[in-house]
Amino acid sequence: MGRIQLKQVKKSFGDVTVIPPLDLEINDGEFVVFVGPSGCGKSTLLRLIAGLEDMTDGKIEIDGQDATSLPPAKRKLAMVFQSYALYPHMTVRKNIAFPMRMAGMDQAEQDKRIASAAKALNLTDYLDRRPGQLSGGQRQRVAIGRAIVREPEAFLFDEPLSNLDAALRVGMRMEISELHKKLATTMVYVTHDQVEAMTMADKIVVLQAGVIEQVGSPLELYRAPRNKFVAGFIGSPKMNLIEGAEATKHNAQTIGIRPEHVEVSTTDGLWQGTVGVAEHLGSDTFIHVHGVPGCDPMTVRVGGEIPVTHGDTVFLTPNLQHLHRFDAEGLRLA
Amino acid sequence: MATQHSRSAARLMMAPAVFLLLVWMLVPLSMTLWFSFRKYLPLRGGDLGWAGFDNYVRFVTSSAFWPSVMTTLIIVGGVLIITVVFGVLLAMLLDQPMWGQGVVRILVIAPFFVMPTVSALVWKNMFMDPTNGLFAHLWKFFGAEPVSWLSQASLESIIMIVSWQWLPFATLILLTAIQSLDSSQLEAAEIDGAKPVSRFYHIILPHLGRAITIVVLIQTIFLLSIFAEIFVTTGGAFGTKTLTYLIFQRVLESQNIGLGSAGGVYAIILANIVALFLMRIVGKNLDT
Ligand SMILES: Nc1ncnc2c1ncn2[C@@H]1O[C@H](COP(=O)(O)OP(=O)(O)OP(=O)(O)O)[C@@H](O)[C@H]1O
Ligand SMILES: [Mg+2]
Repeated sequence: MGRIQLKQVKKSFGDVTVIPPLDLEINDGEFVVFVGPSGCGKSTLLRLIAGLEDMTDGKIEIDGQDATSLPPAKRKLAMVFQSYALYPHMTVRKNIAFPMRMAGMDQAEQDKRIASAAKALNLTDYLDRRPGQLSGGQRQRVAIGRAIVREPEAFLFDEPLSNLDAALRVGMRMEISELHKKLATTMVYVTHDQVEAMTMADKIVVLQAGVIEQVGSPLELYRAPRNKFVAGFIGSPKMNLIEGAEATKHNAQTIGIRPEHVEVSTTDGLWQGTVGVAEHLGSDTFIHVHGVPGCDPMTVRVGGEIPVTHGDTVFLTPNLQHLHRFDAEGLRLA
Repeated sequence: MATQHSRSAARLMMAPAVFLLLVWMLVPLSMTLWFSFRKYLPLRGGDLGWAGFDNYVRFVTSSAFWPSVMTTLIIVGGVLIITVVFGVLLAMLLDQPMWGQGVVRILVIAPFFVMPTVSALVWKNMFMDPTNGLFAHLWKFFGAEPVSWLSQASLESIIMIVSWQWLPFATLILLTAIQSLDSSQLEAAEIDGAKPVSRFYHIILPHLGRAITIVVLIQTIFLLSIFAEIFVTTGGAFGTKTLTYLIFQRVLESQNIGLGSAGGVYAIILANIVALFLMRIVGKNLDT
């Protein structure tokens, strides 16, 4: 069982409050992703849950039991670090065995768990190597293996894929997702990559400056962002935010429209603009259009290929069903 | 990469330096070797001709030889153990965030700047003197009989003095090594359930392996030839005669250069045996 509850958790470093009092509930078996810009306190929050930082105030419960003053080892959580934090002088086998050795588990059980973890993570051929002789992806798998063998209540990942190249990242993303499906253990995952967040999460927690902006499933966040920050953060490319006369027409301070919800035509439409840069990806074309009132440039997505280049005039029509409206405070209007 | 021409030019340019280094090394070495085979008594007739292996045989068979080798090894070993153990402890202490860190670090390094002769004199007269020394006062304060350190516990005293001098060096090197330890490794170990002692044993100590090796190797080179500390304190009495000191006595006190040179050659052999031995034990820490 891995149910984690944060109640009015607060963290300050000296005079600086990094996390103002915050409540959060993580249910058993859930894959929760913390996203937010750099420095917003994602790692700090994860380290608070792990017990690596002392809370300034508040309470953490794990499985309904107060864990606020429990040392990290007693929380039955496993953590995977961004830098892997493998023990460089130990072989892969010893690295994976380390938590079990510390727990005084008998050798036969250790060997069994190492073998099954190595098999699941494709590490069987590398068990006698040192971390220094492995590639980045293999190191990451060793770090995950070291976490799995403890059979923890929950896994904590701090940007585990940010040191990997793009192709490997996609592969490891799938592996971690599959691992979650297989183990059905709670996972808390920190990232600033919103593609990772959207594809992996059951529940996304969007943070800004230590404050939770919104909690919800990826599609909830995509369909109904609670405010302008979440609207701009979730979705790629970013939502276009339009201010001024166009917004007033819809009784809002700001209106937002995602690039995929704008129709592009070369003959007629609501807004007129000129093409700045057109990014042809083959499957899609992203066009940055200049000259739309209240939003410069406006990014639009067109499925497939469209023959426009720099300097062409295009007409844009938003799909009003997918229009987001925000008030002067940046909050969503129903 | 380099062309034939630039390579030969480079060789030409380096030649003077290489030549100088060779001369620097080879001249004293061959002079020592040369004198070790001669009967050379400066005050009793000068160079009295070829002596064969006489000097070598006399040096080893003298009753002072094996004790001096033992003394040398005990001092080197004792100082190494003390400096490495306390160096690791001090380095960990200094790595903790604390008030006045900068000042404390400078204070810890300070003994290294004191010349060996001076520090030996300070220890001998200010601390270890049986009537006026600070230790004597301390002992008297607790009603104990003052110890005359340099005669009753001579070897231990010298080990203490030399350790005091070399502890800063060990601490400094080990401190930089500790500072380069990735803190997430310690955190990972903490989460993995390792207690502070296990964390020290499984994470910190292996990380320090290479630095400890360097400390041991460098210190050994210098400790094999310590001289001033013994000259100033005991003058080689009370079982503190090291090989270096024995050679000094043969050359200057007995005025026998041939015999001293033979001792010098033995010292080179001893240093090489120790070096070989150390490389066997700790040298493997230097690869990977
Ligand atoms: N030990 C510390 N002492 C003081 N301030 C700290 C400390 N650790 C973190 N902070 C501050 O807390 C804030 C949040 O840091 P945190 O590492 O949680 O950010 P993050 O969201 O993980 O960012 P990133 O995506 O770059 O990893 C930052 O402003 C940082 O400067
Ligand atoms: Mg971080």
